[in-house]
Order: sequence, then C-alpha cells, then structure tokens
Amino acid sequence: MTTQTTAAAPPAATQGSRAPRRPRGSRLEQRRQRWGWLFVSPFLAVFALFLVFPLFYAFGMSLFTSTLATGTKFTGIDNYVKAFTDPLFMEGLLRVAAFAIVMIPAQLIVALAAALVLDSLTSWLSKLSRLLIFVPYAIPVVIGALMWSFLYSPKFGPSATLFTAVGLPTPDFLASDTVFGSLVNIVTWQWSGYYMVVIYAALRSIDPSIYEAARIDGANGWQTATRIKLPMISSSMVMVITFALIGTLQFFTEPVVLRNIAQGAIDAAYTPNMYAYSLAFSYSQFNYASAIAFSLGALVFAGSYLFLFLTRKQSGLK
Amino acid sequence: MAIFANDAAPKDALTTVTGVPDHDFRGPRGKRRSGGRRIGSHVFLIILAIYFIVPIWWLFVAATKDTAGLFGSPAFWFDGDFAFFANVAELFTHQGGIYWRWLGNSFLYAFAGGVGATILAILAGYGFAKYRFRGRNGVFGVILGSVMVPLTALVIPTFMLLSQYGIINTPWAVILPSLLSPFGVYLMRVYTQDAVPDEMLEAARIDGAGEIRTFFQVALPMLKPAIVTVLLLSVVGTWNNFFLPLAVLTDPQLLPVTVGLNRWTALSNAGAGGEQVWNLITSGAFISVIPLVLSFLFLQRYWQGGLAIGSIK
Repeated sequence: MTTQTTAAAPPAATQGSRAPRRPRGSRLEQRRQRWGWLFVSPFLAVFALFLVFPLFYAFGMSLFTSTLATGTKFTGIDNYVKAFTDPLFMEGLLRVAAFAIVMIPAQLIVALAAALVLDSLTSWLSKLSRLLIFVPYAIPVVIGALMWSFLYSPKFGPSATLFTAVGLPTPDFLASDTVFGSLVNIVTWQWSGYYMVVIYAALRSIDPSIYEAARIDGANGWQTATRIKLPMISSSMVMVITFALIGTLQFFTEPVVLRNIAQGAIDAAYTPNMYAYSLAFSYSQFNYASAIAFSLGALVFAGSYLFLFLTRKQSGLK
Repeated sequence: MAIFANDAAPKDALTTVTGVPDHDFRGPRGKRRSGGRRIGSHVFLIILAIYFIVPIWWLFVAATKDTAGLFGSPAFWFDGDFAFFANVAELFTHQGGIYWRWLGNSFLYAFAGGVGATILAILAGYGFAKYRFRGRNGVFGVILGSVMVPLTALVIPTFMLLSQYGIINTPWAVILPSLLSPFGVYLMRVYTQDAVPDEMLEAARIDGAGEIRTFFQVALPMLKPAIVTVLLLSVVGTWNNFFLPLAVLTDPQLLPVTVGLNRWTALSNAGAGGEQVWNLITSGAFISVIPLVLSFLFLQRYWQGGLAIGSIK
C-alpha cells in the first residue's frame, strides 16, 4: 500500500539538509517543514493520547499486581505467565482462532461470489441486489445481533413455525454446540456486503480489454474469473482478509448481545475481549485485565503483520 | 452529511483515483453471455438479496406489533392491529422517554466523533501527502502499523486513563477516543496524493495564496469523495461502537441507543412481566437504523467508489 506513495516522493526532499543549500531555498524548505508538521499535529496529538499512551499505560499496569492484603506490588511478567497458563484465556484464544478459520472464508466466499456475479451483469435487478446485500453494514452490530437473537429465539422466532410446517424438529440455535454457527451467521450477514462493495470496485477497475483478449484466446467465464479477475484483485482481497482477521480476533459485541438469551452456551470468558471486560468490570482486576488486553493486542498485531508479510507478493506491499 | 448530497458527483476525480469505472458505460457486457447463465446469475442474486434483507423485513414487521402480537402472530407478516404509533408513543413515556435521549446521544457521539475524526484525517492526510518534512515516512509508517492494533484492546487502559482525569461517565469519554482513525488518515493520504496535483498547489502559491488558503480553496474541493467516505466510515464506526460506551458510561441518561437497547433486552430476558418491553425494543431498534440506512442510500455514488480507496493499486 505504501510503496507507491513513498516512492513518489522525490529523493531530493530527504537529502535537502545535506545538499549544499542556498539561503532562500533553505528558508522555504524550513517553512514547508513547519506547515507539514502543523497539518499532521492535531491527529498526532490524538494518536499519542488515545493510542500510544494507553498502550504503554496498559503495559505498565500489567506489570503490577494489586491485592487487598499487600497493596500494589511490582510483579514483572507474572501476569503474562498467569495469562498464558490461564485455561479461560487460552480457550478464548482458541475459540476466536476457530471463528477466524470458519468466519473469514464464509464472508469472503459470499462477498466474492456476489461481486463476481454483479460484475458480469448490468441489469436493474443486479443494482438493486447490490444495495440490498450492502444494507446490513449500515445497521449497528448490536441491532443486527439483537435482530438475529429474536429470530433464533424459540419464543418469538419463526423457526418453530417454519420447521414444523415441513415436519422437522425445531433446532435449538442457542445450544452450546450450535451457538458457534449462529454467531458465524450473524457476522457473515453483517459484513459480507461491505467486503463485496470493496471487491466489486476492484473488479470494475480492471481494464475490460483484457477480457476481450482472454475471450479470443478461448477462455470461458470460469477461467476468466479464476485466472484473470482473481489475481488482478488480490491486493483488495488481502486488505479485506486483514480487516476480517483483525475484527474476528477482537470478537466481542455479537457474543455479548447473544449472551442475553444464551447464558448457558456463552460464558463470560467466551472470547478474550469478553474475558478482559469481565475481569476489569465484574472483578476489578485491572492489572490482570490489562495483561490480557495487551496480550490480545500484541497477538492480533503479530497475526495481521504475519499475514501481510506472507501475502506481500499478492498485495504488492513490501 | 446532507450538505454533500446535493453536489454534483465529482465523477472524474473518483475515476482517476480509484480507477472506478470509466468503462461503466461501455454497454452491456452480457451480450456474449447465453440467456441461461444470466438467469442463473439472477436467481443466485435474488437468493442472496433475500438472505440479507429478510431480517430487516422482520424488524420492520415486528416494529408494528405490540408484545402480544410479537409472541402470537406469524413472524414475517403483520398482525391484525397496527401498533407502531402506539409503540412510538410508549417510547415517549417509558422511563420518561429515555429512548429518545439515547438516540440523541448516539447522534451527538457519532456526529462529534465522526466529524472530528474526519477533520483530523483530512488535515493529516494532506500534510503527509503534500509536505516533505523530516520524519514524515517514519511517523506515517507507525500510523499505518497502528491500523493493525485492535481498538478494543485499548478500551480498558483508556477507561483507566479517563477515570484518572475524571472524565469517565461524560460524553467526552466516548467522543475523544472516537477521534482516533488511523485508517482514515491512510485513506486521505493515498487519495490526496493522486487527486491533488503538486503543480496546482505551486500555482496557487506563486499567485500569492498562503498555505491555509491553498489548502481550503485548491485542495479541499478536490477531496470531496474521499471526505464523504471517511466521514461515513467514522460516523458508522462511532455509531456502531459498543465496547467503549459500555465500559466508560454508567449513567443511563448518557448511553447511546445501542447500549441502551441491549440493556432493555437483558432486563426483559431476566425480568418479570413489568420489565418486559419487547415491543419497545423492536420498534426502538427499527427507528434507530433508519438514519444510517437512508444516508447510505442517498450517498451511494460516493461510497460505492470511495470504499475501495486504498485497496486498488
């Protein structure tokens, strides 16, 4: 993503200080430098205050332990040792990893299939479908999860009527072995449309004369899609997957909302974020909660960095 | 947001930067397709569209029912009596009309946080794209890396920081952290780089315009599609936010509508008859989704290309 933009800056700019300077040029240069900093400084202030500082603060907090008996004491990496041997945290981590493995491909397949089909059509129906598929993105995640929890509910939900009508037993969407799939469905419903729009825009940016060339060479629709379109939108795919990965690993809102009606299936430590929240706000263990939040943040950062590193060829990132 | 809706579509700017379609008007590509495949594609799309729209249809229908109707009538069709206005009236009286307070809070947080984040992103994007100051690439690299820091990991430390400064449980506790949008800065930089030619800025400076005037009169008008996109993304982000307000707000009067409705649901599930307000939850949820859905419908031409900024090389 940056290669292009950073490469665009003429090398002269960075060497400005070393180059033999004329008085006037240097004054202009200095003035420009000041304006550059002025434009970026409001954001940098917020960045420092609400991202850099909280990160350091969390790390600092995580190195202490406070108990009623002994007060606050420096305990070094003890909280991290505790976190990575804490079965609740480890189960949560494994669970969001499982969600990532199932949920990201589910969203991607829906988004990609929809985008490819939309790209091949120009009818009003396809334009309307594009909008309808996108609409869930405009609905707050809490409301989306609330809606689905109504639909899953045996009390209100249409499932009892629908399944009885075709003579099948009504499934329980909120049992401990089915709630995983129910959550995957909510997330897929909520986010696929957004990813579809990104992929669709990337498809529209491909020069159509390539398709003509492929057609003359005898490629059919499937071959055009898999051998030309897919490779050409790989940078968009990498971006979409990265976002989905970051979002999935910090899974919080949907399980919290669904927990209202599925207490038995979703416990308070269902995901690492939920665990950190309940440690901090139900048990006031802020030091340990900081260690969990910081560990999760570091793992998500490392995971997405690793993914971008492994796909650097496809994404054009270096 | 509405101010942008009336402007003519800056189609060219969008096209040059995002590469979104010059060839949109190249006529039906389907000409070479057989009729059967196109029918298949349409059937596939209709099935998808139904999956995505059915829950919203359900919400619309449910908003018109009273509690008895919610339990007793078919889920996807209207009940005999139309209770939507009765529900709205009850939203005004239940707990002193706190629902409307929540909705107002959501607007305030989303607007203040979204507009603020967008302004910061425009300024920073312009600064990074058009000024070559020392340390630029290093600082920008850090910001880009921070896109991968999960913002929820910051909620608990932010809570502890804000409580030390005594602004926990105030609107600022939600608005200030919402100003942070590293991804918005990234989008604005990429877009500004391509959409605003250096020559035009130089020409304005030679004509004697100062840096501020050059920014407002030359650069800003060319950035409109990206501004609308970043604004939509950050407003949606703040409007959607659940973890942060859940952590930093305890006063019921300050909650945004998302946290408020979730609280009603938890109470209704746990509580006895008097606390069950299912009809208010469904009608309240329905009313709360209308503003954003409408914004997206009216601002289509901006976000459809704009959301892809940064992902197309």
